[in-house]
Amino acid sequence: MASEVRQATAEDLSAGGERRRDFLYVATAAFAGAGVVPVAWSLVNQMNPSADVLALASIDLDLGAVQPGQAIKASWRGKPVFARHLTPEEIADAKKVDVASLRDPQKLEDRTKPGNEQWLITLGVCTHLGCVPLGAAEGEVRGDYGGYFCPCHGSHYDTAARIRKGPAPKNLEVPPYQFKSPTAVTIG
Amino acid sequence: MSFPWAKQYQPTSAVGKWVDERLPLPRFIHGALGPGYPTPKNLNAFYNFGVLAGVALVIQIITGVVLAMHFAADTRVAFDSVEHIMRDVNGGWMIRYMHAVGASFFFGVVYIHIFRGLYYGSYKPPREVLWMLGLVIFLLMMATAFMGYVLVWGQMSFWGAQVITGLFSALPLVGTAIQTWLLGGFSPDNATLNRFFSLHYLLPFVIFGVIILHVWALHIPGSNNPTGVDVKSEADTVPFHPYYTAKDFVGLGVYLIVFSAFVFFMPNSLGEPDNYIPANPLSTPAHIVPEWYFWPFYAILRAFTADFLGVPAKLWGVLAMFASILLLFLLPWLDTSPVRSNNYRPLSRILFWVFVVVALLLGVCGGKPAEEPWVRLSQILTAYYFAHFLIILPIVSKLEKTKPLPGSISEAVLAKYGKGGGAPVAQPAE
Repeated sequence: MASEVRQATAEDLSAGGERRRDFLYVATAAFAGAGVVPVAWSLVNQMNPSADVLALASIDLDLGAVQPGQAIKASWRGKPVFARHLTPEEIADAKKVDVASLRDPQKLEDRTKPGNEQWLITLGVCTHLGCVPLGAAEGEVRGDYGGYFCPCHGSHYDTAARIRKGPAPKNLEVPPYQFKSPTAVTIG
Repeated sequence: MSFPWAKQYQPTSAVGKWVDERLPLPRFIHGALGPGYPTPKNLNAFYNFGVLAGVALVIQIITGVVLAMHFAADTRVAFDSVEHIMRDVNGGWMIRYMHAVGASFFFGVVYIHIFRGLYYGSYKPPREVLWMLGLVIFLLMMATAFMGYVLVWGQMSFWGAQVITGLFSALPLVGTAIQTWLLGGFSPDNATLNRFFSLHYLLPFVIFGVIILHVWALHIPGSNNPTGVDVKSEADTVPFHPYYTAKDFVGLGVYLIVFSAFVFFMPNSLGEPDNYIPANPLSTPAHIVPEWYFWPFYAILRAFTADFLGVPAKLWGVLAMFASILLLFLLPWLDTSPVRSNNYRPLSRILFWVFVVVALLLGVCGGKPAEEPWVRLSQILTAYYFAHFLIILPIVSKLEKTKPLPGSISEAVLAKYGKGGGAPVAQPAE
């Protein structure tokens, strides 16, 4: 009789106690995982903004015709922008407030450009859930603090567009912008 | 999976036998909805609403598939294509009204179905998975209804999309990125409309799949019943067909009469007129409200107006709104009373009706503008909503002295209708 030479099988234990089959399982799962993850990611990532949405042009605003107490609306990145010409009383009101008492403490000066303090330029997007607050157009409600009022869930903003009452957590966002001349501004 | 006395399926024809040996689909129907499914004999009209919900889904799918043949998911023409359906497509107005009213009715029927389950303790062991699958269906319905509403691309569609995706922006750190990801942009736009159309078409079929699991889970222990007492013998049951198929058809007839009354005589009474104004990203309607079936949850969302415990008001609102539904998943473990039906739980029964009133009042608050007294009232009601499940129910279910349960369903039925042989005996004609 020939001496029996047993073939190594996948069930054999290594010195460490693993079977060869365990290694095959792990290798298969790892190989499949390495393929699935990038494919899954591209399926998730396709929902992010596409290149044409991201290709954002900046917009130019002419503020020449906006009288004190008036405001204009513009659209930037699909979102409304409010440019408001504050009256001296509104500026005084905004400066009178004790900043430390605010939910989102900011001074009027932090929210406007030096020398152009009368121009309050903010996004018209309530920081609660994204409605457009009222108060930019003629005759709209301006809320308890004379600034903006969001009708969706009752957030009141003051004349520096700071949150004063209601559920919104933040002041209206100030977009990046620059004055090109005393009455021309570029947003974005 | 069924009771031992369930009628076995016996194919009568050669063809039936041939099919049964290859794909026993008739056998499956026989056991699920036919004579092979023994059902407690004391089910009342509230037990119609599961079947009605299924019919409502089928109506939504059929009318929806037809509407999709005429709808265009592009922000420039979506609103106009809906008006095209209303004015130009042959019978389009009826199909669309059936779909819009159908959504409201689907929710109405499902709410009654849920409250039926709450009253009779249908979430209790061994039906916890059945209950949770139902909640999954409810969540899927909410997502589907919301996305369908956006497709019209009216003012409420647009601002609803803004507000609901804005919910996710409340999450710390990743919130804004998630909102942008959901919208495919920085505000609701074409990308949003297209993906919502795709998902709105998909999700009803997912719901259909979960319904199959829901019905499967129902058939393991069988239906609960108004006494909450388990089926003990064959005398407690009747075969589903013809007894409950007949009863369900009566209920379906009533349902379709009411449904038709709305479709044909007051199709817009359940909707918001603002949604007949095309979407305008630069102007928010004075009063954004969702459809009525979301009002209670909307009231909970808006009830949080101040920061506390270092968490912003906005995040509290969002967490509370999601928690108000997710909490229901824990209900089988919050209510530990071994007695299912509130008919035998004197205190829980009162608390159930208090909860119904609270839920209805939350609905009223959610439909009102965000001003007093509605904000304060929503806060009180929201507090009660959570207290009901987290404090009151667990304590009451431990302390309550329940009434004695009947020995069997048959015993309860006989006690109610006399010993003359079950159902009330008709008076002989004079």
